[in-house]
Amino acid sequence: TASKEFSLDYFLYFCFQAPAYHLILEGILILWIIRLLFSKTYKLQERSDLTLKEKEELIEEWQPEPLVPPVPKDHPALNYNIVSGPPTHIITVNGKECINFASFNFLGLLNNEKVKSAAQASLKKYGVGTCGPRGFYGTFDVHLELEERLAKFMRTEEAIIYSYGFATIASAIPAYSKRGDIVFVDEAACFAIQKGLQASRSNIKLFKHNDMTDLERLLKEQETEDQKNPRKARVTRRFIVVEGLYMNTGDICPLPELIKLKYKYKVRIFLEESLSFGVLGEHGRGITEHFGINIDDIDLISANMENSLASIGGFCCGRSFIIDHQRLSGQGYCFSASLPPLLAAAAIEALNIMEDNPDIFQTLRAKCERIHKALQGISGLKVVGESFSPALHLHLEESCGSRENDVKLLKRVVDYCMNSGIALTQARYLEKEEKCLPPPSIRVVITVEQTEKELDKAASLLKEAAQSVLN
Amino acid sequence: MLVAVLTYVGYGVLTLFGYLRDFMRQWKIEKCQNATEREEQKDFVPLYQDFENFYNRNLYMRIRDSWNRPICSVPGAKVDMMERVSHDYNWTFTYTGRVIKGIINMGSYNYLGFAQKTGACQEAAAKVLSQYGAGVCSTRQEMGNLDKHEELEKLVARFLGVESAMAYGMGFATNSMNIPALVGKGCLILSDELNHASLVLGARLSGATIRIFKHNNMQSLEKLLKDAIVHGQPRTRRPWKKILILVEGIYSMEGSIVRLPEVIALKKKYKSYLYLDEAHSIGALGPSGRGVVEYFGLNPEDVDVMMGTFTKSFGAAGGYIGGKKELIDYLRTYSHSAAYATSMSPPVVEQIITSVKCIMGEDGTTIGESF
Repeated sequence: TASKEFSLDYFLYFCFQAPAYHLILEGILILWIIRLLFSKTYKLQERSDLTLKEKEELIEEWQPEPLVPPVPKDHPALNYNIVSGPPTHIITVNGKECINFASFNFLGLLNNEKVKSAAQASLKKYGVGTCGPRGFYGTFDVHLELEERLAKFMRTEEAIIYSYGFATIASAIPAYSKRGDIVFVDEAACFAIQKGLQASRSNIKLFKHNDMTDLERLLKEQETEDQKNPRKARVTRRFIVVEGLYMNTGDICPLPELIKLKYKYKVRIFLEESLSFGVLGEHGRGITEHFGINIDDIDLISANMENSLASIGGFCCGRSFIIDHQRLSGQGYCFSASLPPLLAAAAIEALNIMEDNPDIFQTLRAKCERIHKALQGISGLKVVGESFSPALHLHLEESCGSRENDVKLLKRVVDYCMNSGIALTQARYLEKEEKCLPPPSIRVVITVEQTEKELDKAASLLKEAAQSVLN
Repeated sequence: MLVAVLTYVGYGVLTLFGYLRDFMRQWKIEKCQNATEREEQKDFVPLYQDFENFYNRNLYMRIRDSWNRPICSVPGAKVDMMERVSHDYNWTFTYTGRVIKGIINMGSYNYLGFAQKTGACQEAAAKVLSQYGAGVCSTRQEMGNLDKHEELEKLVARFLGVESAMAYGMGFATNSMNIPALVGKGCLILSDELNHASLVLGARLSGATIRIFKHNNMQSLEKLLKDAIVHGQPRTRRPWKKILILVEGIYSMEGSIVRLPEVIALKKKYKSYLYLDEAHSIGALGPSGRGVVEYFGLNPEDVDVMMGTFTKSFGAAGGYIGGKKELIDYLRTYSHSAAYATSMSPPVVEQIITSVKCIMGEDGTTIGESF
C-alpha cells in the first residue's frame, strides 16, 4: 500500500517534516559533491617541488652530448675507394686499373650497349626525374610496362616497383605484419629485412641459419601457445621471412621443406630474392624455378633490381590479392617519388636480354663452380658459400683475437690483390646495429664477363696474398 | 561548422551503403569483384582483417580514378596523359590507347622546370649515361663510390654554404636511415605535428622517445623543451643525452613555412640540435634558391643537420644531408644507407650537378638569376 500511495506530494511533505539541521546538512553535502565533481583534478606528476629559479638553474647546467662522437681518422669504413669511370669489368680504383671482382654485376649488363641505348631513348622522351609520387602524376607508362613485364617473367599475377632496393623489403614487411603478429626469420637475414621487421613492431623469433629443426621447434612452441588462447590465435598472423640466396653467407634456403612447414603450421612465406633473381633457375626466375616449386605457393617474392638487372630500385611480385595492398600501405611506395623512367627502361631492356639469352645463367653457374673449386685449399682462408653462388665470402680460418685486428689483416690481403690488378672488397656491416653480426670476410663476386684466365689469375693471386700476409 | 556536419553525414551515408553492399556480397546477391585468398590457404589466419579493408572496398573504390593517373611525357609545364576508363565502377581500368595531349600540369613537383627532355641538363646526363651506364651494383662503402659522387657532394656543400655534404639514392630513405644513426635510446626527439611519414618512420626506428609539439607553435615547443630538461627521462629521471628538433622547411600538405628564426633562438637557448628537412623549400625559397635559411637571412651554420631532396626542384631523384665535417664523417661511417644500400645512379647525379650549377650561375648562362 505504501508504494501505491507514494507520490511527489507525499515526498515533499515528509521532507519539510524533517528537522531543519538535517536539511541543511544534506544541502551542504550535495553542494560539496557538485564542487568536487567540477574542480580540477590533481595530477601527481605535475607536483614539482622546484621553484622557477631552480628550473632555470637546471636548464643552465644541463650539457648535452655532442651531436656525433668523433670518428678516428683510420676507421676502415671512413675512407672510401674512389672509382673513376664506370664500375664495369675493368675498373679503375684509386687510380689503379683492376679486374672487377666486387660489383654485383652478375650478368654483365652494366655496360651493355642495348641497355644503354634504351635508357638514352627514355631520357630523350622523359627527362631524368619524375617529380612526383606514384599517386600524384608520377606514374609513367614505363612503370606500368615494367610491372607487367616483371609479373609475366616471374609468372605471377602482379608486380609493384619501388624506387630504391633497400626500401623494397623494408616497406613490404610492415605493410602486412603489424603489432601482435609473429614473424619467424632466419638469423642471417640481411639488414633491410631487419629494418622492415623493426618498423613493423611484430614479435620476432629468430631461428638458426638454415636449420629446419630449430624452426619446427619454434613453430611447435607457438602451436602450444595457441591452444592456450585460441581466440587470440585466430587473429594473429604468422610469417616466415627467408632469403633465396643469403647475402651474408652465400647459402640457399631449403625451400621444399619450408613449403611443407607452411602448410602444416599455416604460416605465410615471404621470400627475398635479391641475389637469386637472375642467377638461379633455368631461366633466371630465382629459387622457385631452381627447386621446381609452384610460384603461387610463395605468398610474396621481393627482389631488388640492383644486382642482376644492373638498374636501381626493387620490386615485389605475387598474387594480386597480396600485392595490391602495398599500393596503399607500402610506405616507400606511397610517400616517395617514383623510379626515374630511364632506369625503368634500362630494367625492361635487361629483362629482354635475360629472356632472349637463357644460356648465360648456365655460363655463370659454370664459372662459379670453377672458382669455388680453385679457391679451396688456400692456407688461412676458407670459402663460405654454395658452389653455384656468385657472391662468396672468404673468412679467416683462425681469428687473431679481436674483430678489429681481423679486419686489418683482411685489408692487407685486399690491398695486396688490388696492387696486382684484382679489385676486391671486404663485406661491410654496421657492427653495432646488426642482430647477428657475421664474421669479417672478403667478398668475391663472379660475373659472366670474367674469362677463365682471369678467374684463375684471381685464385692464384689470392693464394699468394694469403701466403704473404697471413704466414 | 556546417561543412563538418555535412562531411560526417556524408561519411555516415557511405558507411551504411558499405554495410549493405558487404551484406549483399556475402550472400552472393552481388558479385564479389576484389581479389580473394587462394583456395588452398582458406584456413590460414586471414591476411587482412575484414574491417581494415572496409574503407578500401567501399569508399576508396568509388573515387579511385582520381589517383595514380599515368602520364607518358616529360612532367613539364604541359603533359600528355593516357586515357583510362573503367566499365565496372573503378574495379578494373582499361587503357583505350588514346593519349590526351597538352594538359596544363599543376600536379608535378617541378618547381624550377628542370624536368626537360632537351637542354644542357639532358645532354650532360646523356653523355654520362653512355660513359658510365645506368646502375652501380655496389654500396658506397664497398665499390660504389664513383668520382661523380664525390664531385656532387662537394658541389652540394658549396651550394648550401656548409662544410660538407653527403648524397643518398632516395629522399625517403635519407630520413629513415640517418635519424637512427644520429639518435638512439636515451635521446629525445621533438617533432612537429605534421611531419612527413619518412621523418616519423626515422624517429620510430631510432628508438628514442618522441614528443610532438603543435604545428608551428613556438610556445608548445618551448614548454616541451623546458619540461624535458627539468624532469629528465620519464621514469629514471636521468638527464637526456641529446635533444633533436625535427622540422620541415615547407610542409607539403599545409603549405606553411616553418618559423625558423624562433626555432633557432629556442634551440640555442636550450642547447638542443636542429634537423631541418628542406624537401620542398630547397631551390624554391630564398633570393638565390638556397632554401628557407636564406629566405629568413640566417646563417646556415646554425642548423645542425640540413637535409633535403633532389626530387622536387632539381628534377632528379635522391636526397642529401649537409652539415659540419664531423657530422658527415660520422654519417659516412655509420649511416645505414652507406653500408647497405646501392649508391646513386650516374646520369641522375649528372642531372643534379648540372642543375645546381645552373642555379648558382656557374654554367655561363643567366638562367639561374631568373628563378
